[in-house]
Amino acid sequence: MIEFRTVTKKFPDGTVAVDELSLVLPARQTTVLVGSSGSGKTTILRMINRMVEKTSGDIEIDGEDIHALNPVKLRRSIGYVMQNSGLLPHRKVIDNVTTVPVLNGVKKAEAREAALTLLDTVGLDRSLAERYPSQLSGGQQQRVGVARGLAADPNILLMDEPFGAVDPIVRSELQQELIRIQRDLGKTIVFVTHDIDEAFLLGDQVVLLEKGGRIAQQGTPAEILSKPASDFVATFIGADRGRRALRVEVVNGRNVVVDEDGRPTGVLQS
Amino acid sequence: MDLFLDGFAWIFDPAHLSGPGGIWARIAEQLSYTFGAVAIAAIIAIPLGLWIGHTGRGRDIAVLCSGGLRALPSLGLLIIFALGIGIGFKAPLLTFVILAIPSLLSGAYAGVEAVDKRTVDAARAQGMTEWQVLTKVELPLGLPLLIGGIRSGVLQVVATATLAYFASGGALGVFINDGLKTRDYAELIGASIVVTVLALVLEGIFALLQRLFVPRGVTAGQVTEVRSRSVRPRAVVGSPIQEGK
Repeated sequence: MIEFRTVTKKFPDGTVAVDELSLVLPARQTTVLVGSSGSGKTTILRMINRMVEKTSGDIEIDGEDIHALNPVKLRRSIGYVMQNSGLLPHRKVIDNVTTVPVLNGVKKAEAREAALTLLDTVGLDRSLAERYPSQLSGGQQQRVGVARGLAADPNILLMDEPFGAVDPIVRSELQQELIRIQRDLGKTIVFVTHDIDEAFLLGDQVVLLEKGGRIAQQGTPAEILSKPASDFVATFIGADRGRRALRVEVVNGRNVVVDEDGRPTGVLQS
Repeated sequence: MDLFLDGFAWIFDPAHLSGPGGIWARIAEQLSYTFGAVAIAAIIAIPLGLWIGHTGRGRDIAVLCSGGLRALPSLGLLIIFALGIGIGFKAPLLTFVILAIPSLLSGAYAGVEAVDKRTVDAARAQGMTEWQVLTKVELPLGLPLLIGGIRSGVLQVVATATLAYFASGGALGVFINDGLKTRDYAELIGASIVVTVLALVLEGIFALLQRLFVPRGVTAGQVTEVRSRSVRPRAVVGSPIQEGK
């Protein structure tokens, strides 16, 4: 469990990115932080592994104040996956995946063996292990990024818009893969995105953020969809338009679900 | 053209080649100045450059200094040092160290600075210490530029080391000076050819080294190679052509 207690982050130029945030991220669940740019979502994420230092307040992981820990040690115990894979271009895929275990002192051969298994986990062919990152497609690079994030078997996985830079088809594949991995591994995942569909798809808990890291609404996707807390939330999730404003029409004696424009999207099963 | 031939004839005259004060000995002196000065400059400038590149601190000062140092006339500097510490090899060596520092310094910090900030950020976020970020990420990725700095330092010094004779420091400048004084143009041109060839050979070696030190993954992704060895299996469309039908 990760807990923020009235955490504020003020950057040297005076911008308050996060203002007195209090938030609990339950263990073994996926919490998605969603909001537009400037909502402080990445700052919140990066405060968890101290890539950004809070200005005031407390952040605890399983009851332990992370500011009492050595930042390097803390980071090695937390998986981190970023948007542009962030792989080391001069190291082979396998060596990228073993980065953290090797830093932690695991024997190289052992780490490599584990890394090959991880490539299976993220759906990559083992033959890619000896490639360099630049020889892979964007989607494959992101998979390697996820494998690297999982390599030290961390309890927590931070994902900063990891699927933001790949095309929609690959993104959808990666999302399904992540859902599968999470079902198997049950990590505490903190996932940042600006895509509300992605948030609803992946999140057990969704935290919708406004400017300054203020929580506009927090809850399960169903809770947020069924009861938007404000106009801001309603607009952001698109509750009032398009494919979220669904109606039921009876056609040939069956309940057909149609969207705002009357286009059918499916049939209700009784 | 005759002068050039005379120059070559002078070079290959066995009487000029060997012995103390012969061409080989002078080449050795020229190279000693070059590598000695660059080595000393490297000890000073490379750690400093890496530190500046890694922390981003002192960058303006470094730019200013290396610009200023570059503008110093080597001959003037040499004479000042020779007046200060006397003739011999020390004054020229010191001059050449100062000559080499700007190239090495800027090569080192430019190399580190040119590394993609996202790569560095990711390395740090994985839990690398600052030292590991520098040695395992910034240094290998910045190596081509760093070696480029060493290369231009070496070339500058090898070309300028002919000045050493002004402080009675030997090296190939001795022949040039001699040739001028005694109007022995064969010697003058011969020695100039030797310096030029020396510089070109070093340039070639370093160009090769620089290529060699481009980290493998950085060249591996170049378009040609990706195309020639497709990573993803290609879908087979239509039926394969069968020969002999």
